[in-house]
Amino acid sequence: MFTAATLAILATMLLTIVRALLGPSIYDRILAVNSFGTKTVLLIAVFGFLTGRPDFLDIALVYALVNFVGTIAVLKFFEYDDLGSGAYQDDDF
Amino acid sequence: MTEQIVIVTLLTFLVISVVGIIVLRNLLAAVILLGLYSLVAAGAFVVMDAVDVAFTEAAVGAGISTILLLGALSYTTHVQKPQKHNNYAALLFVTVTGALLIYGSLDLPGYGSATSPVQAHPEVGRRFIDESILETGVPNIVTSVLASYRGYDTLGETAVVFTAGIAVLSLLGRRRRLTRDEHSNSTDEEDLV
Repeated sequence: MFTAATLAILATMLLTIVRALLGPSIYDRILAVNSFGTKTVLLIAVFGFLTGRPDFLDIALVYALVNFVGTIAVLKFFEYDDLGSGAYQDDDF
Repeated sequence: MTEQIVIVTLLTFLVISVVGIIVLRNLLAAVILLGLYSLVAAGAFVVMDAVDVAFTEAAVGAGISTILLLGALSYTTHVQKPQKHNNYAALLFVTVTGALLIYGSLDLPGYGSATSPVQAHPEVGRRFIDESILETGVPNIVTSVLASYRGYDTLGETAVVFTAGIAVLSLLGRRRRLTRDEHSNSTDEEDLV
């Protein structure tokens, strides 16, 4: 049961890697890496139950957080071409 | 069996993403793939039970260095310039170094082997478990090894991290102080007027 789930997750990871490599637009790559991060979280969770030690679920949660921060950073960079706060100040003043 | 399939598949993903990083000319895409590489590596570390290493890899590799590289990219262009000459000497050097590293890993004990010298030594582990609390007074065995038995090693590591921190601060802080001095100079002149 968990074995089948693990293999299915690995197959999905391969598909997202292919999309990240080929993806013509940058959005394809960002979406591919984001969903790959989700697959990593799933893999850690399912693998924990596969080996009978689901102690690493907390780690999976941290991965979800790191993945979110990374995606936000890439998207912000893509939108403003900068990681500083310059783009916001124009609106404020 | 499934464990080995998972590890081998994850290592294959590592190779695929590295080849992608080398081949791609779009630097933003390469940075994104580098984040993917770190996620795969962290997943492989978790599968191999090295949770602390995986934690560091996810936080530093996928989180901080992606953001730092994006910050560096904002000062340059998004597309790598085509190389005019071939670095065959560098390729040879890297191949030889990699072959030497693989050769050096050949006589290491197998992954998870119960007969490796660390596990098979009759006294070391037992001694830490039984006597570390008496000898060091530290309740946590890992902490007693890090802070007492291996204290000089940890002190050296801390010195290295401290030096790196000072170097970064002196590089970044100097620029800020210069701009502040310019501001203060102008206000001084205004005060004089």
